[in-house]
Amino acid sequence: MTSVIADTPIASAGPGAHLVARARWRWPEVLLWLFAIALIWIAPSRYLLFNEIAILALLALSIDLVLGYAGIVTLGQGAFFGLGAYTAGLMAKHGMGTFPWSDPVLGLIGAALVAGFIGFLSSFLVLRGSDLTRLMVTLGVALIVQELGNKLEWITGGADGLQGVLPAPILGLFDFDIYGRNAYLYSLCTLFVLFVIARALVNSPFGLSLRAIKGNVTRARAIGIPVERRLVVIYTVGAAYAGIAGALLAQTTQFVSLDVLSFERSADALLILVFGGVGTLYGALIGAIAFKAMYDVLASATPEYWGFWLGLALVLLVLFARGGIMGLLRALQERFARPRAERT
Amino acid sequence: MLTILFDGIAYGLLLFILAVGLSITLGLMNFINLAHGAFAMAGGYITVVMVNRLGLSFFWSLPAAFIITAALGAFLERTLYVRLYDKSHLDQVLFSLGLIFMSVAAVDYFMGANQQIVNLPPSLDGRLQLFGASIGYYRLFVIILCSLLTIALQLVLTKTRFGSQLRASVDDQRVARGLGIDVSRIFALTFAMGSGLAGLGGALATPFFNIDPTFPLKYMIYFLIVIAVGGTTTIIGPFFSALLLGVADIAGKYYVPAIGGFIIYTIMVAVLIFRPQGLFGRVTSR
Amino acid sequence: MLRRHALMGLAGAALAFGFCGSALAEDTVKIGLILPMTGPSASTGREIEAAVKLYMQQNGDKVAGKKIEVITRDDTGQADITKRLAQELVVNDKVAVIAGFGLTPLALAAGPIATQAKVPAVIMAAGTSMIVDQSPFFVRTSFTLPQNTTPMAEWAAKNGIKKVVTLVSDYGPGIDAEKAFKDKFTADGGQVLDSLRAPLRNPEFAPFLQKAKDLKPDALFLFVPSGFGASLMKQVSERQFKEAGIQVIGTGDVLDDEQLNGMGDVVLGMITSMNYSAAHDSPENKKYVADFEKANPNMRPNFMSVGGYDGIGLIYKALEKTGGDTTGTKLLDAMKGLSWTSPRGPISIDPDTRDIVQNVYIRKAEKKDGQIYNIEFATIPNVKDPLHGKK
Repeated sequence: MTSVIADTPIASAGPGAHLVARARWRWPEVLLWLFAIALIWIAPSRYLLFNEIAILALLALSIDLVLGYAGIVTLGQGAFFGLGAYTAGLMAKHGMGTFPWSDPVLGLIGAALVAGFIGFLSSFLVLRGSDLTRLMVTLGVALIVQELGNKLEWITGGADGLQGVLPAPILGLFDFDIYGRNAYLYSLCTLFVLFVIARALVNSPFGLSLRAIKGNVTRARAIGIPVERRLVVIYTVGAAYAGIAGALLAQTTQFVSLDVLSFERSADALLILVFGGVGTLYGALIGAIAFKAMYDVLASATPEYWGFWLGLALVLLVLFARGGIMGLLRALQERFARPRAERT
Repeated sequence: MLTILFDGIAYGLLLFILAVGLSITLGLMNFINLAHGAFAMAGGYITVVMVNRLGLSFFWSLPAAFIITAALGAFLERTLYVRLYDKSHLDQVLFSLGLIFMSVAAVDYFMGANQQIVNLPPSLDGRLQLFGASIGYYRLFVIILCSLLTIALQLVLTKTRFGSQLRASVDDQRVARGLGIDVSRIFALTFAMGSGLAGLGGALATPFFNIDPTFPLKYMIYFLIVIAVGGTTTIIGPFFSALLLGVADIAGKYYVPAIGGFIIYTIMVAVLIFRPQGLFGRVTSR
Repeated sequence: MLRRHALMGLAGAALAFGFCGSALAEDTVKIGLILPMTGPSASTGREIEAAVKLYMQQNGDKVAGKKIEVITRDDTGQADITKRLAQELVVNDKVAVIAGFGLTPLALAAGPIATQAKVPAVIMAAGTSMIVDQSPFFVRTSFTLPQNTTPMAEWAAKNGIKKVVTLVSDYGPGIDAEKAFKDKFTADGGQVLDSLRAPLRNPEFAPFLQKAKDLKPDALFLFVPSGFGASLMKQVSERQFKEAGIQVIGTGDVLDDEQLNGMGDVVLGMITSMNYSAAHDSPENKKYVADFEKANPNMRPNFMSVGGYDGIGLIYKALEKTGGDTTGTKLLDAMKGLSWTSPRGPISIDPDTRDIVQNVYIRKAEKKDGQIYNIEFATIPNVKDPLHGKK
């Protein structure tokens, strides 16, 4: 993975300049976000799909923070997604569509706090152990949360799902309309804000120390990085992000069912991230777009066998195109950039 | 009481046979093969085809399931898996997830999405009373067969030349190679053996639970629990952990049905917190 | 690259909708069929889709001078996707009716869309009582779990069964079945010794069955969703309830026609209650089963399929009644109170609850012509959902 996230070489400036250079916005990034906004006019009939993509992208982004930057292999991010969805759903339901409980933005904050808190508690479980142990612990926690969601029927509505989720208008102004336009804008704005925060986070000294941990724990510890504390923080942040993604889903679909906690959702988000490219932040976004576009094309032809093509894509990706779409883009960019660099 | 214990042991042994191959490949090659369940599914469907479509005896389908899935395992190991040994755990997880998705869709295509049902041969259908316990013939058959397999496996690992080479490779691959052991041959053989056992386990599980294309995903978690609790350095670890889980699961659901669903997950998380290397695993320097 | 491709596809699709939508609206009636075609509930979706196709093949695709076009979408069994598809079908495709809904949460997720857009939503599978209360545009052609369970309790109490242990899957519908059975059975003087719940995902029923057997009841009542029955019945037979003098009873979900034949002789003698059996003795059903099996080799129509068959039938009949008018409220009014003879027997739509009223049959699993069927031997006519009656 290191080759994918390899930094652009900085000649001789200090670490501060390095960080500043990394944090600078580049034009493809700006284009991507403009494009996301432009979709409102380009394809007004597919808001709901875009909304779904934005939410999936945020969930994948939360995994990227944990996996791509801190190297924690997780299959249980769905637990936090579901916790966030239920928190926001319950707040909206019991607030009866009025301020403050049903306010969507407060719902997001509530979801982030609950998911973050549970993430904080469970982060101590993933500190130790090998990849396999982490995989199992995250999966185990997710399964326990899922079983709880089923058992605590009086809170969650059990297998019937949570109905009557009626969030108040966004900021007291914009209602969730049937076309899903406001829902998409709302999710997109949330995604953008969180993305900017994540971007700042990974390009800060804190982010660098995470990479050091990912690269070599022993060495990171030797140079004085408080490994445990850093991992707890990033795992908690990742959980809060996933919780917000879940809250967005609950608010924009106005319904929560047990499948928000499913293993499939965790796996899908992980795949999206890998398709897009791990440890790049943008991989989560591009992966989500590519994944849903692929699903639209392949699954409309033969929905039953969509899994086959997905699996084949994964196998090929691992064997031949590590780094995902971002890796391919970067390779292309290098190919075009190199001759020019040689000429000058 | 005895009946519950007996059922638990049968369930645990079945889990062990299904998971032991995963344990060995993980311990030996440090390879997380989530697709292990796909081999078990292959074994199950071999039984379905042989018993239901071709009308052969269930007893013949067991060795067939072992041999065919072992061959399949060896083939995939040589062509695909071998390329992934030096890749990261994440890559291995993704690769094997991809294989699962493909196998699920492929089986759906060829065999249909329905559950396939294999009925027990009449000689194994029924129960007998023993020491006040009521024992199903088929469970007894599973216990005997799995016990024999476990003993055989242990003998192969401890008494044969192959076994000592294998253990040497698990302990330290580089030294083993230096001593002239053909580690990649050992890998392939072991992988084939593990896959074959999974296939056999799948064949044995089919009359109990039936089989459908989602088998690898449904059971993946159980295999992983067995391995995570048992550790990967020996086969004794997974053996006891499978028994423990089988008995705890069944007894838990019998005596405290309200929390039955949580028991195995809780055991797993608890074990992993206190002994991340598994209940029976050794702390290794790797 | 991919992005631009997707974008062009989307833009193209948007344009296509814009043009075709208005041009065809006059003479085509679109029906959105949302079903789980993949994932764990795939078999439900496939049975219903097959039945809908069969109905259209038998009855042509023209009603009241309009062409019927069914748009099938796969929601993979996830509620948020059902909701999106419902919304897209209503907003983009301008469908006159949405239908399908394989599971309760999927139907509930789509409810607000039906209400907001004033589009009738025909429930072809989901079986929790309260769904139809959640939107005035829900109409159900499947069944409700209490509707099928209560007659079983009544029959058991009348036929010398005093003590029962219930064993259900531990999730919403299972708990509904447990409650419906217990309420009716204790009201009729029976006693429920214990109510056991097995985790939905767990394939090993041994501890629960052993416990049930140790309690020595007269009968064991079972409910598991369609698809889980085969492994349960195998383990029931392994525990030898029959030999211990314990009658095994349940709802017809356990002995789903789709799998029944493969379950083998172990199910023989089990008594279940259900709204449909492929062995129902009527000319309508004989034709239905024959045509269904001809169009779908290796598939036997089950209770899910008949929900789909009658669901599309209901839409056809309502369109005939309105003379092709697709206004949501008019279609809905036309659906209320309709009654006809379905393959499962006489059925009608209760004009007050919009829920189905139908016969429930008590059946015994028997061998007929070398195949296993649920043979009906008692009929409880015109059963309404008992929970609605209470309100």
